[in-house]
Amino acid sequence: MQQVLMALVPGTLAMTWFFGWGVLVNVLLGVLFAVAFEAAMVAARKRPVMATLADNSAIVTGWLFALAIPPLAPFWVTLIGIAFAIIVAKHLYGGLGYNPFNPAMVGYVVVLVSFPREMALWPAPSTLPESPLTLLQTLQTVLTGSLPGAQAWDAVTRATPLDAMREGLVSGRTVGEITASPLFGSFTETGWEWVGNFFLLGGLYLLFRRIIHWHIPVAVILGVAIPAGFFWLLDPDSFASPAFHVFSGAVIIGAFFIATDPVSASTTPLGRILYGAGIGVLIFVIRTWGGYPDAVAFAVLLMNMVAPTLDHLTRPRIFGRTRGGPPPGDDRA
Amino acid sequence: MQLHRFHGGLKLADETEASTADPVLVMGVPAKLTVPLGQHIGEATEACVQVGDHVTKGQRIGQSKGYIAAHVHAPTSGKVVDIDLYPVPHPSGLNAPCVVIEPDGHDEWGDARMEPWLDWDTRDLRALRQRLRAGGIVGLGGAAFPTAVKLNPRAGQRIHTLIVNGAECEPYISADDMLLRTAPEAVFEGIRITARLLGVERVLFAVEDNMPEAMRSLTETLPTELRDLIELVSVPSIYPTGGERQLIKVLTGQEVPSGGLPADLGMVCHNPGTFKAICDTVIQGRPLLSRIVTVTGPGVKHPRNVEALLGTPFADVIEAAGGYAEGVDRLVMGGPMMGFAVHDDSIPVIKATNCLLATRPQDTPAPGPVMPCIRCAECAAVCPAQLLPQQLYWQAKAKDFDAIQDYGLFDCIECGCCAYVCPSNIPLVQYYRYAKNEIWAREKERHKSDIARERYEFRQERIEREEREKAERLAKKKAALKNKEADGDKQAAIQAALERAQKKKAARAEESAKDSDQASGSETTGEETSTTDNTRDGDGR
Repeated sequence: MQQVLMALVPGTLAMTWFFGWGVLVNVLLGVLFAVAFEAAMVAARKRPVMATLADNSAIVTGWLFALAIPPLAPFWVTLIGIAFAIIVAKHLYGGLGYNPFNPAMVGYVVVLVSFPREMALWPAPSTLPESPLTLLQTLQTVLTGSLPGAQAWDAVTRATPLDAMREGLVSGRTVGEITASPLFGSFTETGWEWVGNFFLLGGLYLLFRRIIHWHIPVAVILGVAIPAGFFWLLDPDSFASPAFHVFSGAVIIGAFFIATDPVSASTTPLGRILYGAGIGVLIFVIRTWGGYPDAVAFAVLLMNMVAPTLDHLTRPRIFGRTRGGPPPGDDRA
Repeated sequence: MQLHRFHGGLKLADETEASTADPVLVMGVPAKLTVPLGQHIGEATEACVQVGDHVTKGQRIGQSKGYIAAHVHAPTSGKVVDIDLYPVPHPSGLNAPCVVIEPDGHDEWGDARMEPWLDWDTRDLRALRQRLRAGGIVGLGGAAFPTAVKLNPRAGQRIHTLIVNGAECEPYISADDMLLRTAPEAVFEGIRITARLLGVERVLFAVEDNMPEAMRSLTETLPTELRDLIELVSVPSIYPTGGERQLIKVLTGQEVPSGGLPADLGMVCHNPGTFKAICDTVIQGRPLLSRIVTVTGPGVKHPRNVEALLGTPFADVIEAAGGYAEGVDRLVMGGPMMGFAVHDDSIPVIKATNCLLATRPQDTPAPGPVMPCIRCAECAAVCPAQLLPQQLYWQAKAKDFDAIQDYGLFDCIECGCCAYVCPSNIPLVQYYRYAKNEIWAREKERHKSDIARERYEFRQERIEREEREKAERLAKKKAALKNKEADGDKQAAIQAALERAQKKKAARAEESAKDSDQASGSETTGEETSTTDNTRDGDGR
């Protein structure tokens, strides 16, 4: 888990650079709340607190949750989301190793459906020196839920590229018109693009250190990119490019850091590919025809439900047997 | 030669350097030998000597009763001072029957010694097999399966390939390595005998690539006439290449069927030490009395290999390797991966003792606390049986014994790779052993209750049948009795009729004597007819 935390650092710093101090503030709050709830639950369940905290899984949950919510979201959003993640999604199911759903994503979905207004407070990507809010102002915003001085939310926040794309397509504009904004880089808005790149860097580090295996991230990205590419080739005016899909929103961090949570994922090689591909396809489907601009959390939770079945159906061939061969006989003769 | 790979496995550090520096030390006769009667896998062996008996070297002291079994011999001459339960090397730590011999110091072979067979080549195969059985040989790689059984293929089974398993893959063990360096000729002779017995076409002699000395020794001493038969193959040292099924896969690319044996593929696999034992028994008439043991680990002062008589206490063997180092806390029989800790060093060397590994606390840092399984599946990535150890673990924990068998529990070879890589320090193999034992116990229980139920049902059926038969017999008897009664009536009726007829006859005779009357004659005929009707009625009743 320490390796996962290390791998999150470059992406987190990049996000802070482009989206302001709120990212760091949220990460700190998220980790703090997560560790506090974890300690409380472990103590309530009469387990060794320090030994359990040492697995760092609560920190990962808090951190990932914080990266998923808007940097200027008020603190109570984090508090409620983390409480749900740690208490309900994790410990009520038996704690680490027993949770069928990814805790951070459960927490995120709870606040996403409960507080849509607060969950839309994404600042316009800029750079840290040009950020409209200083560190102190950001702290004030997060803790009070309102902007300091006379600043208006509309001046500070902005639709994310996925939001913009969704709104634009609904109102009849073409993909070309939507992406004509000066904020756009090669694939999507420059800020989002770079954040994606740095999370990708962290993800590759995890792959290199063999903390995660290639199956899930590759399958998630291809699961998004292949259907996206197919529809984009059919009608490039009505469907965004596969690169836009991959680099906008949470696909990269989802592929490398969220879908790879081993507890709630499939464990067999083939199962992992199907699991990842399922997440990717669901992301594309929900984004394109569903009610939410981004869909990583929903896609992950839906595939969490399928993981045990995937494991059962994709068991590897056992040494000395044929695949799907006769059931084991009496091997003790 | 094209080699193949098996799934998973581990690249482990080679720790054999220290124990291979010195030649094999042939240990003397200890003050007392405790020879366990059960030193093999299979059916029990019974003592065939009595307390107080004098035994000679090589004399049979344990007689095997079954087919899958091996005799046990006196490793030296002396007096049997006890036959009783003693601690033996077994993971359970339970005591087992042993013959305790006090050596007389003469080390004499008595008259019972098998004569050397320098002309084994001309002996018939039956006699050779009998001699191997008489030699009490078992697989010396550690599993201790009776060798004679493996050399006697089932009818219709043709063995074309003999495999020599010189892949000593556990990190510390070097007993085969040293044997191949010092006595390759005996191993080749053993191979020759076995090849003749089985009628094989080729012999694949596998040696791990981290045993270059052994390979050189084999290459130099391989007899010219055997060059066409025996192929020396260097195999990569990946744990557990020394597993029979894994080695066959590496050498031939074929997989022994689940639940089957190498013989199903026409192959038989033996450890080099076993071939030496075959050579000793057949050519010298010397049954299996001793074996090479690697005494090693940071817990002994002078790691080395020794040849120890079966029944020698572990403590003596450790002493031969310079004794314990300061602060030893753990003694393991076998390698670090598959061996088991013993808690008493007075227990004896047995046929399966390939290694004694002594360690200090600082050499085997306690594994961290056991944490929950996070389903990372690192265990599945290293499992040479291609199982899903994490699923087996959950199923064992949930006591879901049907599912765990469906997931291949009995294909598990207990190599321990899964537990070795587990980041949560879960002792996975213990769970699998538990599940296996539990399933066996339940099966035994079920078998027992099946027998009991069958007996009960049989008894019920028998009682019912007997009662039914009784009832039938009774009914028959009754019927017979009635018939008899009916017969009685008939007789009486006939008698009565006869009497009546006689009376009438007499009366008629009197009448005819007086006057001859037609009417009375017809009357008589009517009487007679009615009598006959009465009789018929009685019959029909």
